[in-house]
Amino acid sequence: METNYTISIYTENSVGLLNRVSAIFQRRHINIISITSSASEIDDVSRFVIVVSMTEDAVKKVVGQIEKQVEVIKAFYHTDEETIFQESALYKVASKSLFEERHIQNIIKKSHANIVTVNTAFFVIEKTGFRHETEQLYEDLAPYGLLQFVRSGRISVTKSPMNIKALINKLND
Amino acid sequence: MPFYDELYKFQDKLQHVLTRHEQGATHAAQGFARVSGKVGVCVATSGPGATNLVTGIADAMIDSTPMICITGQVPSHLLGSDAFQETDIIGISTPVTKWNYQITDVKEIPEIMAKAFYIARSGRPGPVLVDITKNAQFDTSDFKYKHCNAVRSYKPTPEINPSDVDAAAAIIASAKKPLIVWGQGVILGKAEEEFKTFVESSNIPAAWTILGVSALPTSHPLNVGMVGMHGNYGPNVLTNDCDVLIAIGMRFDDRVTGRLDSYAKQAKVIHLEIDPAEVNKNVKADVAVLGDVKQTLPMLTQKVASKPYTEWFEKFKAHDKIEFDEVINNDLNPTKEGLSMAEVLKEINRSSNSDAIVVSDVGQHQMIACRYATFNHSKSNITSGGLGTMGFALPAALGAKMGAPDREVVAIIGDGGFQMTIQELGTIFQTQAAVKVVVLNNDFLGMVRQWQQLFFDKRYASTEMVNPDFVKIAEGYFIDAKRVTKRADLGKAVDEMMASDKPYFLEVCVEKEDNVFPMIPSGASVSEIRLS
Repeated sequence: METNYTISIYTENSVGLLNRVSAIFQRRHINIISITSSASEIDDVSRFVIVVSMTEDAVKKVVGQIEKQVEVIKAFYHTDEETIFQESALYKVASKSLFEERHIQNIIKKSHANIVTVNTAFFVIEKTGFRHETEQLYEDLAPYGLLQFVRSGRISVTKSPMNIKALINKLND
Repeated sequence: MPFYDELYKFQDKLQHVLTRHEQGATHAAQGFARVSGKVGVCVATSGPGATNLVTGIADAMIDSTPMICITGQVPSHLLGSDAFQETDIIGISTPVTKWNYQITDVKEIPEIMAKAFYIARSGRPGPVLVDITKNAQFDTSDFKYKHCNAVRSYKPTPEINPSDVDAAAAIIASAKKPLIVWGQGVILGKAEEEFKTFVESSNIPAAWTILGVSALPTSHPLNVGMVGMHGNYGPNVLTNDCDVLIAIGMRFDDRVTGRLDSYAKQAKVIHLEIDPAEVNKNVKADVAVLGDVKQTLPMLTQKVASKPYTEWFEKFKAHDKIEFDEVINNDLNPTKEGLSMAEVLKEINRSSNSDAIVVSDVGQHQMIACRYATFNHSKSNITSGGLGTMGFALPAALGAKMGAPDREVVAIIGDGGFQMTIQELGTIFQTQAAVKVVVLNNDFLGMVRQWQQLFFDKRYASTEMVNPDFVKIAEGYFIDAKRVTKRADLGKAVDEMMASDKPYFLEVCVEKEDNVFPMIPSGASVSEIRLS
């Protein structure tokens, strides 16, 4: 059965590694639902967070292929239940609706979203949360005319420890 | 240009072979690597030079061959500008390299080259591409070389878990019908002696994949032959009869397993493997012994006792007899007028005392060469296994001769594949590498024709070849050449070829529509192997 898995990859910070990692999915005709790459808790070590919908058997094999890449330090896969995960979304709305449509202020308050910036032409709302929360806010704001909408890929941390620092210390020795 | 200008100064220390095509350079580097166990190196210019390497890199990747490709690149300030002969070879080669790197600064060269060699040859070997921008080639820097023997994020060999060895030994101890299937891992791990000791001290019948073959001499009494699509009858059928399958340094390729859901389902599977990603990839292992077989095999040998397995060996003998009567005897001693490919191999075995390195291309002749060539020594069967690259053999044979100059190298090539890299006859002529080139000519892309005959009602769509005069072409390159069309002339011609200390070309015109059997039809189980 296909389920969402979050693949976390600790890597060296090198040019072309994103291509090398994404090629592993492309070769198997797997659509990446979301992908982010950022700094990790360790200096000079990057962390990829990739969300895919696959069977556990398939995700295991893919993680094995990822882990054998020279510049990959360690790769894991987790179910949604095993991780704390969030996405961020930005909504750009025309300023006049903020002042003319009082209801919009209630929407923002109710959704616990933040207003990032306001000027005479537009304002930008930021919402971080689960997919259904950012989607709900999208639905609520759409009738007032969204000038722009964008959502980040998933970022996540695991509930159980990863012990990467210990591994890195061992590798550095 | 600056790279080659420097090479000019080191002609006495570094032998450069000018192949006629970059693909030829990759296969030659592969041939060199496969016979010598060292890293093969090839060099190409940017753009088309680099893209012409791709087939050989993919071949080396799937067959785990240690190779380094050095490519030129436009100056770093022109990267991405569609400059003359610019191509994104890093992007193109990423999925088919173990590692690749673009050097844009001359100071990086010593460290990256050391790292490239280390990565290419360690663990499960593979191809590494190093792309060097023109400015990095022109600039100068102090040479500070430091040997590379570790890369932080790279773990070439997994740690051995002794309890896995114990678990494997316990399964073997309870076996009544065990079967070993070994692959190239034994050769890549330089573990031929350890493997032979394991086989002999356990007395377990051992079958091979086409890349594993010469790790154990053909004549060894426990060598029960080849597995896979055109492998031997016994080891294929009995894969689905054995109670324990011990896979050593092999990856359960689909050409070996046939239909996966009916492959060795009755057996407990033990998998000795260096690459963790190969475990449970195609066939689920009951026990996986991760590690280098050079270490794990002696550990297992210590814990495994010899048993007679008398009835089990009788089964192999019975199947061997069936295969001999229905296939092998006909192949080796044909009664019809046309020459068979197998009898050419028989003559080469005789004339070379089974001491030659056999380099085969891809197709019917490859399967015949792997089935019938006999070997006394390891690293003697060089062929394109995983990728099935037609055109591999001629340049690979040249590289093999460079890697093992004291050994006879015989290339066995079909008329189709020969014409894919035929230009390397020029390299063979120029270097005078004493390669013996045998073209088995049936005027067809024979393997495809065989499938068309068996599965497409003999509709021979685009498989018939109208061929040139190969002997004249070889002679055009000033290579001694001969054509054989009759059985009576074959033995003498092979002897004359083997006796030559120069490059030699022998065309043998063989029966046009012979088929290779046994055969596991596509999608069938190993035990559904056909004898006709």
